This record gives sequence, C-alpha cells and structure tokens, in this order.
Amino acid sequence: MYDWPILSVVTFLPLVGALLIVLMIRGDDEVAKRNARWVALWATLVTFIISLLLLFGFDPSNQDFQFVEYHPWLGSVAAYRMGVDGISLPFVLLTTLLMPMCILASWEAIQHRVKEYMICFLVLETLMIGTFSVLDLLLFYFFFEGGLIPMFLIIGIWGHGRKVYAAFKFFLYTLAGSVLMMLAIMAIYWQAGTTDIAVLLKHDFPEGMQYWLWIAFFASFAVKMPMWPVHTWLPDAHVEAPTAGSVILAAIMLKMGGYGLLRFSLPMFPDASAYFAPFVFTLSVIAIIYTSLVALRQEDMKKLIAYSSVAHMGYVTMGIFTLTQEGIQGAVFQMVSHGFVSGALFLCVGVLYDRMHTREIAAYGGLVFRMPVYATLFMVFTMANVGLPGTSGFVGEFLTLLAAFGRNTWVAVFATTGVILSAAYALWLYRRVIFGALEKESLKGLRDVNARELATLVPLLFFTILFGVWPQPILDACNVAVNAIVARADVAAGAIRAAALVLP
Amino acid sequence: MTLTLAALGPALPELLLAAAAIGLLMLGAFGGPKSTDTVNGLALAALFAALVLVLLGPSNATLFNGAFQVDEFARFMKVLALLGAGGTLAMSVDWLKAEKQARFEYAILVLLSTLGMMMLISAGDLIALYMGLELMSLALYVIAANNRDSVRSTEAGLKYFVLGALSSGMFLYGASLIYGFTGSVNFAQIAEAAREPSLGLIFGIVFTFAGLCFKVSAVPFHMWTPDVYEGAPAPVTAFFASAPKVAAMAVFVRFAMEALPNVTHQWQQIIVFVSIASMALGSFGAIGQRNFKRLMAYSSIGHMGFALVGLAAGTEQGVEGVLVYMSIYLAMTLGAFACILSMRRKDGIVENYEELAGLAHTNPVKAFMLAVLMFSLAGIPPLAGFLAKYYVFLAAIEAGLYALAVIGVLTSVVGAFYYLRIVKIMYFDEPAAAFEPMPSELRAVLAVSGLFTLLFFVYPAPLIAAAGVAARALF
Repeated sequence: MYDWPILSVVTFLPLVGALLIVLMIRGDDEVAKRNARWVALWATLVTFIISLLLLFGFDPSNQDFQFVEYHPWLGSVAAYRMGVDGISLPFVLLTTLLMPMCILASWEAIQHRVKEYMICFLVLETLMIGTFSVLDLLLFYFFFEGGLIPMFLIIGIWGHGRKVYAAFKFFLYTLAGSVLMMLAIMAIYWQAGTTDIAVLLKHDFPEGMQYWLWIAFFASFAVKMPMWPVHTWLPDAHVEAPTAGSVILAAIMLKMGGYGLLRFSLPMFPDASAYFAPFVFTLSVIAIIYTSLVALRQEDMKKLIAYSSVAHMGYVTMGIFTLTQEGIQGAVFQMVSHGFVSGALFLCVGVLYDRMHTREIAAYGGLVFRMPVYATLFMVFTMANVGLPGTSGFVGEFLTLLAAFGRNTWVAVFATTGVILSAAYALWLYRRVIFGALEKESLKGLRDVNARELATLVPLLFFTILFGVWPQPILDACNVAVNAIVARADVAAGAIRAAALVLP
Repeated sequence: MTLTLAALGPALPELLLAAAAIGLLMLGAFGGPKSTDTVNGLALAALFAALVLVLLGPSNATLFNGAFQVDEFARFMKVLALLGAGGTLAMSVDWLKAEKQARFEYAILVLLSTLGMMMLISAGDLIALYMGLELMSLALYVIAANNRDSVRSTEAGLKYFVLGALSSGMFLYGASLIYGFTGSVNFAQIAEAAREPSLGLIFGIVFTFAGLCFKVSAVPFHMWTPDVYEGAPAPVTAFFASAPKVAAMAVFVRFAMEALPNVTHQWQQIIVFVSIASMALGSFGAIGQRNFKRLMAYSSIGHMGFALVGLAAGTEQGVEGVLVYMSIYLAMTLGAFACILSMRRKDGIVENYEELAGLAHTNPVKAFMLAVLMFSLAGIPPLAGFLAKYYVFLAAIEAGLYALAVIGVLTSVVGAFYYLRIVKIMYFDEPAAAFEPMPSELRAVLAVSGLFTLLFFVYPAPLIAAAGVAARALF
C-alpha cells in the first residue's frame, strides 16, 4: 500500500519521542518539564496522524493481513513480522487516539519527575501498538509482557495511596498468567515449526493439544481482561494509578486480553474454544452480575468505574465465545466503545481529583451548580456506560446479548440483568456526585472544565455519539476478519459444539 | 609418542596463564607489596592475551591422549570464563585498595583459578577434569578468605574449603566407580562402555553429579553459597558468581553429553530434580534476605536451576540454551556486582540493599541500569534475561519435560518479586544519602552489561548462532 514501513513507523515513533526526551532534555526545572510535555504531546500527535494513513490505506474487503513487513530476527524461532487486519486496526487507532489525551490529562496533574513520566508513557505506547500489530507469536509476547515494566513504574511512582501494593499486585498477577502462555508458544513452535501468526491461523493443531494450549493462553488473557475470579488486581491498579494510567489500563491494556482471545484462542484452537465456551459463558455471567453488585457498594469513584469495567468485559468474553458473526463483531465493538467510555469516565474522575484531591463519592454533591459543562459531559459518558441507545455502549451490548440469546437463552437472561444493574450503579453515582444540594463549603469554589480538559473529553464525546448512531465503520472494518474466524470455528468444531451446547 | 613444542599449540592460552601466574608470583614475592599494582595490571593483560589466543586458536584439537580437547564448545565457554575473570579482576583492584585488602597474591590466585577453569572446560577425561576442578577450587578457597583479619571472611574461606573438600571426595568416589564399571576414564570410551546402565555406573553418576552440583551451587548442595557469598569480600563474591559458575556448568554439560549420552534417562531425572529444587529455593529463599550479596547468592542458585533446565533436556537445543543462558547470566551478574561494589558512603561500604532507597533521584543512570538488570534477572521481555529463559525452556518443551517447564516458569514469577523489590526501593522510596561517585572501571562494567542486557534483543543472532555452533560440537 505504502512504499515505506508504515506500521513500524507508527509503532516506534513514540519510542523515538522517548529517546528525544532522554537525549535532549536536561535538568529538572520548569523549562525542562514544559519541553518534556510538549515533546511527548507532539510525538503522540504525529503518531496519531500517521496512523490515520493506515485507516485510509486499509482495504476492509481484503481478508489477509495488510501493511505486512518482514525481517529475519532469531532464525526459525521468531522473526520480525508486522501486519494488521480488521480486528487489530481498530485497536491500533484507539491506542494512538487516546495517547495524546493521556498526555494532556497529565499536563498539570503530574508535577514531579515529568521527564520520566513522559518517557514511560511513550515507551508504553510503542509496546501497546506493537502488541496489536505484530504477526509473530514470540514478538507478541515481547510487546504484551514488556508493557508491564512501564506500567509498573507509572503506578508505583506517580500513583496514590497504596501504590506499591497495587503495582506489585498488577505486575505479579499478570506475569503469573502470562508465563504459561510462554510455554504454550514454545509448544506451538515445536508442533507447527513456526511462530508466524498468519501461518498458524491456518494450522490444524491436534485436538488433545488444543485444550492445553487453550488453557495456557486463556490463563494469560483472562488475567489481562480481566475475568472473574482473577480480576482482583484491577480495582487496586486502577484506583492507585494516576489518571492517565487508569485511562490506559482501562481503555487499552484490558483490550489486549480480548484481542488475544480473538487473535489466537478462537482461530488457532477452534475445537477447544467450542468445548470451553460454556465455561467462559459461566464466568462471564458471574462477572457481569457479581461485579455490578460490587460496583454498587463502592465509595470510591475510580473503584466503581473499575468494577464496571470488569462487568463490561464480561459482555466481551460472552460475545466472543458465542462464536457467531454478531457476537464477535459485538465484542470488538464493545471493546472499542469501552475504550472511549471508560477512558472518558476516568478522565472525568481525574478532573475532579485534580481539583479536590479526593475520589470519595461522599465528598461531592451538587456539582451541577458549579460545573454545568462538566455535568453534561459526565452525563453522556454515564449514559454510554449504561448502554443507552444512541451511544456507542448500546451497540456492543446489544449485539453480544443478541448472539448470546441465539446460543443459550439463560446466558442472555442473566447477562441482561447486568444492563439493569449497570444503570443502577452508574446513575446512582451520577446522582450522588452531580445532583443534590451544593452544601459542602469546599465545593463552592470549583471551576468548570478548562480548555485543556475539554480537549481531552470532547473528542471522546464525539466518537461515543458518532459510533452510537453510526456503528457501521467499526463493524465493516472487522467484518471480513470475523467472518474468517467464524468460518473456521464452524468447520472445525461443528460436531463438538452440537454436543456441548445442547442446553435448554 | 613424543610431544613437540609446536604440538602444544592448542593449549597455548593455558600455558600462557600458567607462565604468567608463576612469573607474577616471582615478581610479587621479590618486589614486595609495592609491586601489587604492577602484578594486577600484568594479570589483567595476561587474561586479555589468553582471550585473544583462545579466539585466534584452533577450533578443533585434542592433546595428551584426549585428556585435553579444544572444540567450539570449549572456546565459547573459555571466552565467557575469561571475560568473567577479567571483568571481576578489573572491578576488584580499586575496591580492595580502598578497603586496605590489596595483596599481590589476589591477582595471581585469580589467574590460577582461571587456569583451572580453562583446563576444566577442556577436560576430556575424568583425571583432567579433577585436576582442573581442584586447581580452580583451591585458589577460590584462598581468595574467599582474602580479608584475613575479618572473622566472616575467614569463616567463609574455611566453610568453602571443608564443604568443597567433601564434594571433591564425593566426585572422586563417583569417578572411581565409573572407572571401575566402564574400564576407562576417557569420556569417549566411557560413552562406548556405558551403553547399558549398571548399578555401579549409576552410583558413579550420582556421586560425580553430586560433586558437580556442589560447584554450580545447585540444591541440595547449595548450603555453602549464601554464607560464602556474604562472608567473602564483595569483589571475590563477584568472581565466585561469574567465572567459576561458567566453568563448572561447562564441564557438567560436557561430562553429561560426552561421557553419558547413552544413559541419558539415568541422569535426566537427577537433573530435573536438582533443577526444580534450585529454582524453587532460589526464588523463595531470596525473599527474606536484606543483604544484597546474600540475595545474589540465592539469585545465582535459582539461575543455575534455570540453566540446568537446558541440561535436563539432554539435547543439542538444550545445550544451546545452557550456553545462551550462561552468557547472559554472566553479563547480568557482572553488572549487578558493579552496583554492589559501588555501594560506598563516606563512612564505609554498605551491603543492605535498602540503602539503595531513592537511587533514581541521586543517581538516575545507575538506578536505570540496575533496574534493567533486575527486570532482566526476573526474565521480563524484551530484556536479555527473558531470551535466556526462553531458550532453555524451549529445549525443555521439545524434550517433553512439561512439569519441569511449568514449575520453572512459576518459580520465576516468585523470583520476580524480590527483583522488583529492588526496583521499588530505588524508584518508589524516599531518597537516602547519596553514594560516593562510582569509580570509572565499575561504571564501564555497569554500562557494558546494562546496555548489553537492554539492547540484546535488537540483534541477538550472533550470540545465538555462536551458541548453536558451540553446542553442535558436543554431538
């Protein structure tokens, strides 16, 4: 499509920005801080603009990987292979879109060790884009796991409260899940003789082996998603991380789990996926109901949104393992939409935290009188979180529920109660924070959102509404790729699924 | 058979080291304490010259009726051992001087020990193996007690000596059994004779392996390691953790692969057990430690366990994994000890790693390098330590040792905890008083090993290819 390696440029441009900060900016004074912020902002903005070229050059009707690159690296063990298809492209763009907002959101909130902070974020961006755009298993693991290091530092250095505990828990939990995937990657290498994902997607693994490989990959992705019962690292990490860190965690890093399931578990292990689908349904439904109930009881705004993230990821896993066109497309859509909505909600909390330095719900009330613009923005995102028709949150939930209904009525019934519960916790949060009388003295001097904060929230608002009324672009982009997954699942696992899903 | 001088060519690096050690001993003995600097400099030069000779020397030769063999495997491991010895010697000179422990014997003992290592790596029969092992170990016992006025240091030397002698005895007993039941001490002939396992041979294997496990400090023969590492002066500990480990691992691999390839199933289970036990003890044992040197002792026990995973596979891929692992382990260890050696304040050296608090503020570059090394030791991609682990586990999976691989990676998660804690102390905690500026030789070692660890993934092919060639030499 292009003569130059556009995917590598998009992936490594943030790293170049990080190097610039390392090499060019000296000292710790105000000038250095300002320069570091601007370099980071420009690096992420340019990356975003170049990544738009991917969108224009992308051919949604083509089933193969596009913008493919290849360089030898480790002999037969691994090679540098890049490429995107309709499933990965939305996540690449989501990442590049959100990063400038994260930098902007940290503009004033981060005042110490600004240089290191920006370096961490830029390195993290490279690793995240790489995760979504590599086509080599070992290299995928490199990017997937490498992201732990900057995130660990971000939570640990710039976090709040029990940040050390949260950072360790995040790191060790995710690492423990992932090391088994590493062994599975090795087993795949010895079985198939390659780590080229494009080849592996067409490789037929022996059925007995599929189950073990599926479990190993699932261990990693379930922790990352996160699924109940291995979700407990998430509330801690989200709550203690700085605002931009929470945004990245919720909007992008969680999606790596869903992306992994779509990229590896389903197409490579179709028999095992069909076999384990009821198991995943069970976990998803428990996640949706249980974490929604937990969210109701939270007194910390970030924690509430964190639990609601777990619930929303439940829809994603449920949709993916329906193994149908609607379900998987709905899951992709839900992930992208959740990227906008949860990211925006964390930014909204960040706006308040920057002013009041507390996330206690009880510390707020009646903000609508002082911050009308903020109240409006927050309302739209709350509604999107609930899944109101007309916002992007609705489309994903609807499609996944629709698909689940076709597979198993009871799963759909239980999952739908989650929609009601999400309305309960989200609206209740909104009422307690925004409405009511403005009684607290400390709140009476609050300023409304400023231009910088608007710049971070308005684009998200735009996309939330746009994709709510016009979901076609995302659905079209992933249509062909999802088709291929579903076809493979149908052919390889038809018999097993018939046997496994004779539930009422 | 007559032995001409020219025929000794393949052993030239060893001959050079031997001659240098004897010559420098004369120089030191007659020149007195003031010649220490000269001895140190010349010893370093001798190590460097030996390195060049190894690199330029033949890649396939045998001497002394097969007792001494030079092949790609030997060259690879000798380069590592010489780099380890040279690196630690360079780091120790100023440190020992500052601590008033500088003695000219130190460098000579390092040379003799390195000579032992090189003979060990090239050993082609059990007698040469034992000679190399003893020459290496005897020199090590002495330098463990280099700080002879300190109770801890002398205790370390004595403990090392007593336990080392015990392990040598076990090795000799096992070697005699193997000789008795196969009729030869030569590895190739043992391999011929040992096609069917007999009870006596198995006993011999168990005892020789016990002796070798002691030298690589693998569980359950690890007990000396934490005490000796803690008691010995820090540069000596750095030396213990690097070069002798490489040499002992090399001879372990060579002995298993050349002498016992036909009875793999007999010794494989021993290695699997030792490997699992080492990885587990290394990970869990380190959690409670506060002394950085003691922590590194447990860390090295764990890392030897990981390297043994490759040996347990018993395949060419496995040997390649061990070689890659040892090279990367050597680089990381040297860097970590460069940091330990630089933990010095005005009122003396400190060894508790909590003194590193807030190093990211007081010395950001050093903190960054040490953090890279710690993440790498924990095996987090994209750092070199991850690829090291990847290669040994790749071999284990190929050989079907799934339980070993699963337990191994899970213990590496446990191990990640204490490496992360050092990163946490440096980056999350409030700064403590700054250290004295780092001497230039420590800075150089830290920079080289840190950058190697950080950037290894960019162009790993040469090292991996060299390890592959070296591994092929044993098959």
